[in-house]
Amino acid sequence: MYDIAIIGAGVSGAAIARRLSSYRLDVALIERRVDASFGVSKANSGIIHAGFHHAPSSLKARLEVAGNRAFDALQAELGFPFRRNGIIVAAFSWEEMKVVDGLYAQGLANGARGIEIVGRDRILALEPALSGDVAGGLFAPEGGIIEPYRFVFALVESAVANGVRFLTGWDVTEAIRQGDVWRITSGTGEALEARWVVNAAGLHADTVSAIFGAEHFSIVPRKGEEFILERGAAGPPSRVIFPVPARSSKGVLVIPTVEGTVMLGPTAEEGEDKEDTSTTPENLDRVFDLAIRMVPRISKRDIITAFSGLRPTLPGDDFYIDVSREAPAFVQVAGIQSPGLTASPAIAERVRDLLQEAGLVLVEKPDWHPGIAHMERTRDRAVSDLDRLVAKDPAYAHIVCRCEAVSEAEVVEAIRKGHTTLDGVKYYTRAGMGRCQGGFCTYRIMRLISRETGLPLEKISKHGPGSELVTGRIGEAEGRGAS
Amino acid sequence: MTVRSVDAVVVGGGSAGMAAALAMRQAGLTVAIVERDPFLGGILLQCIHSGFGLHEFGQDLTGPEYAERFIGPVLSSGIDILLDATVMEIRNEPPRGKVLTAFSRRLGIVRFSTRAIVLAMGCRERNRGNVAIAGTRPAGVFTAGLAQRLVNVEGCIPGRRAVIIGSGDIGLIMARRLTLIGCKVLAVVEIQPYPSGSVRNIVQCLNDFSIPLYLGHVVVRIEGKDRVEEVEVAPLDDGHPVSAKSFRIACDTVLLSVGLIPENELSRAAGVSIEAGTGGPWVDADLMTHVEGIFACGNVLHVHDLVDFVTEEARRCGERVVSYLGGERKQGMLTVAPGANVRYVVPNTFVPGRENVLFLRPLVVKNEARLEVRVDGQEIRSRRLAHVQPSEMIRLSLDKDAVSVGAKSTEYGSTPYGGAKSTGYGGAMEVSIR
Repeated sequence: MYDIAIIGAGVSGAAIARRLSSYRLDVALIERRVDASFGVSKANSGIIHAGFHHAPSSLKARLEVAGNRAFDALQAELGFPFRRNGIIVAAFSWEEMKVVDGLYAQGLANGARGIEIVGRDRILALEPALSGDVAGGLFAPEGGIIEPYRFVFALVESAVANGVRFLTGWDVTEAIRQGDVWRITSGTGEALEARWVVNAAGLHADTVSAIFGAEHFSIVPRKGEEFILERGAAGPPSRVIFPVPARSSKGVLVIPTVEGTVMLGPTAEEGEDKEDTSTTPENLDRVFDLAIRMVPRISKRDIITAFSGLRPTLPGDDFYIDVSREAPAFVQVAGIQSPGLTASPAIAERVRDLLQEAGLVLVEKPDWHPGIAHMERTRDRAVSDLDRLVAKDPAYAHIVCRCEAVSEAEVVEAIRKGHTTLDGVKYYTRAGMGRCQGGFCTYRIMRLISRETGLPLEKISKHGPGSELVTGRIGEAEGRGAS
Repeated sequence: MTVRSVDAVVVGGGSAGMAAALAMRQAGLTVAIVERDPFLGGILLQCIHSGFGLHEFGQDLTGPEYAERFIGPVLSSGIDILLDATVMEIRNEPPRGKVLTAFSRRLGIVRFSTRAIVLAMGCRERNRGNVAIAGTRPAGVFTAGLAQRLVNVEGCIPGRRAVIIGSGDIGLIMARRLTLIGCKVLAVVEIQPYPSGSVRNIVQCLNDFSIPLYLGHVVVRIEGKDRVEEVEVAPLDDGHPVSAKSFRIACDTVLLSVGLIPENELSRAAGVSIEAGTGGPWVDADLMTHVEGIFACGNVLHVHDLVDFVTEEARRCGERVVSYLGGERKQGMLTVAPGANVRYVVPNTFVPGRENVLFLRPLVVKNEARLEVRVDGQEIRSRRLAHVQPSEMIRLSLDKDAVSVGAKSTEYGSTPYGGAKSTGYGGAMEVSIR
């Protein structure tokens, strides 16, 4: 019997789980995929927004500003890659500068710190990679960049270290209220009981709400395609560059990622298919045209990969975070699209407050540890400083992924922490994220996963069952291990 | 940290690295090879098909057999071999010293102090992102070389029904290999109107197994949720896919054989300048890069079709390092540039008065072509070529009398590579195909 079951281990669910792990509560974090962050949160622009994009009347504006402020402390505790490199909105005409005036006023009203309107000279000094055609714009020094999956993994690790039970491959198919308790069943027939339920199911929050007999709403997936340019690509900016926003989205950005690549995107297209994460050739051209207008030196030649993600949107485009009025002991955390990653620490605080107001008794754990051991990475260290790390474990000197300089020790750490798929290892370590996109390291990682878990190679998958990398072994009976 | 000192360090223990190291060791230098893998041999070890060694040994060998011809001599030659080790940094400490840092699981950090470095890291495969194929990102998409590794070394069957994108040699070899392990190869799809791989491989790997080759077609989408389910193929018209004529092929595996890129990240970090035509370093006639004492050979310099030519080039590179360390000064040099219908010529300079071997790659498919070599506009050599195509590299050997020494007096103050590389001798050589 759990006090609380949180459905969905994306950034919202993970942040809520970690926040609640500081109280004397039995918490389960339930994820239908094989790893945390494998849904909406993995395909994300990785920006910590600065609080000027949304109207002061919206819930998301309040939570964005509050969330942004939490990241320094969180990084100190959890050690994920994050940097406040500043956000720039680049205006290319006086009409666009008028929109910037509005963003500035909005940011002030929201309580965004340090934002300023900048003229042409200052914006080019702040970001020399910008096109000389720029007229001016907005500068928000508190904006930043983050590795979203590493943030989610760190939140989950911290939650688990503080007693949260993390269940993967667990899809909620049925829920019955018996007295004061929810009895929840999975597709594979497993069951658990919880007094409270938090619905942080991302794209499937509408389905989960229906399963619990709570509010009817529908989540509309809004697809965003992104393109990644290799480390060392021509003309990368040092700050996140936004165009002046259109009505339905923040526009196509040029993002120097916290790990040294450049990301272009996202597009914004509403669809119906919650599994449609495909990319299109038309969007490639469109994104590049828009990006090159702002940062002329970027080149299609430097593309190493493309992906797309789905934003779980609700009509009105605001977050829906509230105690259900239809279902008992059920909290909705739905419509968490941009700036959900930025807002996640504040979303967690709000959910805690809602639970408390609804009568949940919160008693702090005296032995709660906010920190986790920070990951050691060969790439981050100066050569002269590596001897200490290598003395601790020689596997830090064994490079598995040459493009991103990821060592065997890091891959093994990922696997031992439960990231036993190729994508899980990739998101945890960056092995396979570089210019060769796994051409050289895939078999090495498969071998390491096999060595550490005992799984045969044909059982190792990209992102869970059905995505096994190879279908069999030469010389073995046909059908064994075949998909 | 372990510190070692040698005359020359070779980065990479594949076909290029071994041949260069042997040439240097045989001339009496102290040499080290740093190799990433636990074995010498490089990519040859996963190339279990035959066709290697026809030029070098007059024999038809498999990749591992070809590699063995060098591994034995390297192991018994007194070369310092560091396996399972990755070079992380090359620092130039002028005038002649260099420091190379490698990470090794067995030894930790190893630092070599050396006078010359030979870059022999080979190349990597272009991947899906490089050719921007739309669709989803399911399991079952492999570069051809990765699939070759999985089949030939790891003993895995990548899938049951495959489509191969690109008709590069590795893709063709893998079409046959997959067929032999019971996988159905449904199509090879090539964007160009002609094959990217050699004629021999088209015949022996596709035609002999009745595998359809779609020339002038592209895969516009890869579809599938968890595993590849199908690809959409469209013919090209005027360079654009014709979606009205597109068709779908149900498959669970996609292999990409869409080109190779010299792997020069380490070279760039060491200050070596890279040529757009080859993707490899600019090198002079001694195969030395713009950074004094750093040389390059094999697929890191330009992608070769045949390992035999890699060996030849690398051996020559080793010999030039020996001369360089022996204090031999280069004579004046001509700059070498690609002319009509030529994508690149390697190396980028020419020394009159000695034999020079040039490798070049055509831009065109042509029968009855003529190769022309001009110096300052004057034709000095020509050769008839029955057939040229971009997938077949041309080797051009010019004897020591091809360009007469002292014939030129024009001072070339500013080559595209800066005044520092002034040839002193003057003159420009251009190689064309007409």
